[in-house]
Amino acid sequence: MSVIAPNFKFSEFVKSILDNVFWILLIFVLIGLPAVFIILFYIEMPVINGELLTPFLALTWLADPSRTLPILKAFMTTDLFKIAAFPGFGFAALIAAGTIFIERKMLAKLQLRVGPFYCGKFEGILQLMGDGLKLLSKEIIIPAKADKPIFWAAPIIFVATAAAFVALIPVAPGWVVADVDVGLLAVFAIIGFFPIITILSAWSSNSKFPFIGGIRALHQMVSFEIPLILSLLGVVILTGTLNLSEIVASQSNFPWIIFLPIGAIIFFITILAELERIPFDLPEAESEIVAGWLTEFSGMIYGLVQLGTYLKLYAFAALFVVLFLGGWSGPMIWPPFPEEIITDGIVMGPITAKIPGLPVFSQEMLNGVLWFVLKTVGVIFFILLPRGVFPRIRIDMLLSLGWYKLIGLAFVNIFIALGLLYAGVLGPGGIL
Amino acid sequence: MNNELPPGLALQKVDERIMTLNVGPQHPGSGHMRIIVQIDGDYIVACDPDPGYVHRGEEKMAEYRNYITNIPHLERPVIHDSCNILYPYVLGVEELLGIEVPERAKYIRVIASELNRCVYTMYWLAIYGIFLGHSTMFMWPAGDRELLIDLLEKMTGARVTHAHFVPGGIRNDLPPNFEDVCLRQVNYFEKRIKEYAAIFYDNPILIARTANTGVLSRQDAIRLGTTGSVLRASGVDYDLRKKEPYDVYDELDVHSNVMNEGDSYARSKIPWLDMLESCNIIRQALQKMPKSGSVRVKLKPNPKGKGFDSVYKRVESGRGSLGCYIVSDGKPEPYRLKLSVGSFRNLIALPYLLKGEKLGNMPAVYWSLNYWPVEADR
Repeated sequence: MSVIAPNFKFSEFVKSILDNVFWILLIFVLIGLPAVFIILFYIEMPVINGELLTPFLALTWLADPSRTLPILKAFMTTDLFKIAAFPGFGFAALIAAGTIFIERKMLAKLQLRVGPFYCGKFEGILQLMGDGLKLLSKEIIIPAKADKPIFWAAPIIFVATAAAFVALIPVAPGWVVADVDVGLLAVFAIIGFFPIITILSAWSSNSKFPFIGGIRALHQMVSFEIPLILSLLGVVILTGTLNLSEIVASQSNFPWIIFLPIGAIIFFITILAELERIPFDLPEAESEIVAGWLTEFSGMIYGLVQLGTYLKLYAFAALFVVLFLGGWSGPMIWPPFPEEIITDGIVMGPITAKIPGLPVFSQEMLNGVLWFVLKTVGVIFFILLPRGVFPRIRIDMLLSLGWYKLIGLAFVNIFIALGLLYAGVLGPGGIL
Repeated sequence: MNNELPPGLALQKVDERIMTLNVGPQHPGSGHMRIIVQIDGDYIVACDPDPGYVHRGEEKMAEYRNYITNIPHLERPVIHDSCNILYPYVLGVEELLGIEVPERAKYIRVIASELNRCVYTMYWLAIYGIFLGHSTMFMWPAGDRELLIDLLEKMTGARVTHAHFVPGGIRNDLPPNFEDVCLRQVNYFEKRIKEYAAIFYDNPILIARTANTGVLSRQDAIRLGTTGSVLRASGVDYDLRKKEPYDVYDELDVHSNVMNEGDSYARSKIPWLDMLESCNIIRQALQKMPKSGSVRVKLKPNPKGKGFDSVYKRVESGRGSLGCYIVSDGKPEPYRLKLSVGSFRNLIALPYLLKGEKLGNMPAVYWSLNYWPVEADR
């Protein structure tokens, strides 16, 4: 097996850290501690076990680890945790990383290859980390006549927009970063942002192939936005709300895909087009226009665009689950918590950790998250699958599909929804 | 507009609507050449192929080497089809020197050249797949090609550059038990490539993309001088294995595949049908081949032609008619050697086919011409 860094020795790595320990401590004391104090001065302090969280209390983990447990629990209820870790960015990035791994391995199996194999002990599971490190270490080349501020800003705005999309997705009851009443409208607004970013980045790189790719992306996204919005109207008609959490709650008995299969199919096809996946990857068609609007991107700028693309893929798949597959609802398969955790606490050596009732992660919440992740991964699998089966289609075929066939089918779907509503089968006051 | 300047350097009128794209030589969809494409919106208004980036002067090099040492470097233009590109040269030298080849060697040559045709076509098909964005169609032929490469390695000792055909027969006899292995591998290979129909040739998106694009009519195909699969896709039944049988092709039952559409789909399907036909030919040749006997006529060292003489031989290669014109002046080296290759003749049709097409059709039409840039440049 080839050695990636032949001169690397772990002992020398540790030694180099110990050599610098003086400087690390100095920086921690001079910069880190004041920074913690300043942050805690501005942030509203939670009250934990009757005492205010002060910087000294926050640093008590150095002396007594058991005192940090309530702090962690308090942290989990904050908005910062929701945005950065669980239903927000961290969770989505984890699923996106898993998606890349699944895509590469699944495609390899389909094409009678092995796929990533050497990086990491098990089946090349660390390949993504290696690729990310490679992208980080590469030089970022900017074309001489590019519009530099926009060229730099476009990938960052792309990731930020994709993350904003992720923030609207409810993962479990009460677990959503932004629980907006007009959630679906906010989704449409964010989807409308992507073509602008694409055309800005394509135009700012001042090159022919990105320009053609950007124009193609603009055509594709704009013409598929209309069937996308129309295909979701059926769900809105039946539920009578735009709030995504309430849409999920309305599907506790049966998912809407049973009654609105046409809408689900249209939405799935438009997802493929919005995500520029094969067979709709015209904006990145390599044999025609090199890499489309990504041609001039290099290094971590390209890495950011890839991150944004996979975050977007997760968000669209999750939106499909929320709207048509019933979100977190499913049979209770998560085992109940043992009694002793709830009442007595866990004995860990000299420390007894008491977690009364586990209010943060309840059984219902964990079960909901499990079902949500299972369904989302299933949808992602079906989004990835056409890449191994279909060739790329042409722009005129794409536009005729979007404007003629899908919009017509979307109206059929709306009429089905209206029929179900007025026949009194579904909707407010329906039989089911 | 100055017509004497090379393409790309000629002055052109600036038009606000027309954008000029240099597709290649550093472009994933060009190969070792450049296509200067002028587009108006999504439509191609003019196209100017610019080959010559991999010109190696094979014909001039051949004038300084004798008839035997020419063999390894003449196959370099198409290393995937090295038996077929050597075939006309070897046939020509045999006629110049007046050598009669043993019967068994003729059959082995036919088997080797058919295997090589399949190896080349699989490589071509893999690239056609990835040009259309079908990555599975890139991996499958690239993997299944190994079957035949292993077979050719057993037969000739080298995986791609075989240098197997020599004037007077072939270099080495077959290894023991080769016939059984060959039959088994070829049968499996045939079963595999029949599966490609389900994922590629019957795929509705592929048919919608390639059908009725880049249509070459029967008259135009003849007028432009195209050969091989391009000519046969336009409805002209012209296969040199049937029309001018060389070696033992007249004793074998060769079926030539013809389609009348003349579009990219037909041009991409004919090589696949040819591979199935090659499997039939190999099976027939294995059956009719003499089981023992000499495979090579001993030649004098440094053979010479008899005085001033010239010969032109051609064979059906993976890319169409492949001719070799040799002029001898009685010395051990050829006085002049000229390769007339199918790739270059098919490339001539490209500007006519791409005019008025959409930009998205460019890879589909370009690579359906069964064209190999290195062979065209020689």
